[in-house]
Amino acid sequence: MPNASTKPDSLALLSGLARAFEFRSNALSLTRDFFRSQDFIEVETPIAIRAPAAEEYIEAPQTKDGLFLRSSPELEMKRLLAAGMKRIYELSPCFRLGENGRLHRQEFTMLEWYMAGADYREMLDFTIRLIRSLAKGLNVPDEICDVFCDWEIIPVREAFRKLAGADADQCADEEALFETVLVEQVEPKLPKDRPCVLIDYPIRFGAFARPKPEDPTLAERWEIYIRGVEVANAYGELIDPVEQEKRFRKYNQKRRENGLSEYPEATEFLEAIRYGIPASSGCALGFDRIVMLLFGAKSLDEVTYPR
Amino acid sequence: MEMYSASDLKKGLKIEIDGYPWVITDFDFCKPGKGTALYRCKLKNLMTGASMDRTFRPVDKVGKPDLEEREMHFIYDEGDNCVFSDSETYDEVRIPKEILGNKAKFLVEDALCQAVFFNGNPIDITLPTWYIAVISETEPGARGDTASSNVMKPAKIENGYELMVPLFINQGDTIKIDTRTGEYAERVNKA
Repeated sequence: MPNASTKPDSLALLSGLARAFEFRSNALSLTRDFFRSQDFIEVETPIAIRAPAAEEYIEAPQTKDGLFLRSSPELEMKRLLAAGMKRIYELSPCFRLGENGRLHRQEFTMLEWYMAGADYREMLDFTIRLIRSLAKGLNVPDEICDVFCDWEIIPVREAFRKLAGADADQCADEEALFETVLVEQVEPKLPKDRPCVLIDYPIRFGAFARPKPEDPTLAERWEIYIRGVEVANAYGELIDPVEQEKRFRKYNQKRRENGLSEYPEATEFLEAIRYGIPASSGCALGFDRIVMLLFGAKSLDEVTYPR
Repeated sequence: MEMYSASDLKKGLKIEIDGYPWVITDFDFCKPGKGTALYRCKLKNLMTGASMDRTFRPVDKVGKPDLEEREMHFIYDEGDNCVFSDSETYDEVRIPKEILGNKAKFLVEDALCQAVFFNGNPIDITLPTWYIAVISETEPGARGDTASSNVMKPAKIENGYELMVPLFINQGDTIKIDTRTGEYAERVNKA
């Protein structure tokens, strides 16, 4: 029999998380049930990869033999789309170096999915249904998180103008200004009593999003905020190989300027996009965060394995 | 000046901005999707007590203040200054009363204190937590209110310092004052 009086703090911490882990286990099952009911196939793409997606501000950890721990399964999942799969999802760990905080973990669980033939507005309707089905299955009380009310959808330009008196496009041109205005002035004023969606970002902030056909200075991208916390990001996916290569070069250039290493060329992904990825929309949802929000917690510390 | 990188910032770290030392009282790592990381801090000025919010970007550098903590004994009061002796070097250190504020009223000979120096100048001092004082002046408490400790009345101690005490405290009573707040803590039982 273990001696209760000598239980180390590190174990007491885990015991304190048992209820959250049970809640999370139910959330995992419900997520898989939902995707199965929507004719999705669960895929498991490699976690250690040769070439991560180049992004300006996301850093993938590197292993000793030169592989990277992926920061998202995006490139591999898009190869599957090019290979002919139409509705796929992945629920597994991703890594982002140096990201630690109330809402960040270097190692976290991403729920990412792609729908061939869908646009980003259809993707939003789908994601709302997913989150509602989780809240229902987990018996989340409305006072913790009411996701059944009408969601507020605000274009980014309007949000910047109305909530911060700022011009989103001008902010986007200056290093770190868009982000600063977003976190200091826009996000705190987003409604907390209902989920909220920021939609149509300046093109610079749509790394893998296609430009809106009617206004190419905007990217087909949205972000869902629940209780003020950013929880899911979606794109109308960029499928133009010329534009994609241009962006990779630009991001790598930016990485060099910021003193970060250049990533190897994502050769197989570029082969796939040149061959042809069908018009599609994809969404990435921070699984730890949605668990946190539906559980009624304020920090990932309350629901994830201790750091 | 030595500098910190933005990624060094964390709760409790002391930094220098505009010539003042600040402590980070609240810290949050932010990273709006696809954007650069931001380090959001709530800061408290160690000299004025003022608070402010400041957001740092990964490229930002932040000054490391020249702060030193030294242990000292109080020796005597010379009017505008209080004079201390450094416990290690035995050097005499003068701290102006305008920095000490009310704390100057709670110094007793040989009291062991912790002083904080910024660029070599004293900016704050921590006294022994309890100061024992005798009430020299206070109105008698109204009858029937003696059981209540929430109702307070003004009182003065022997060195002239004024504070609020519970109604049951009488002239001649010995009390404990919390030197961090300058407020009444409890009555000391007479032997």
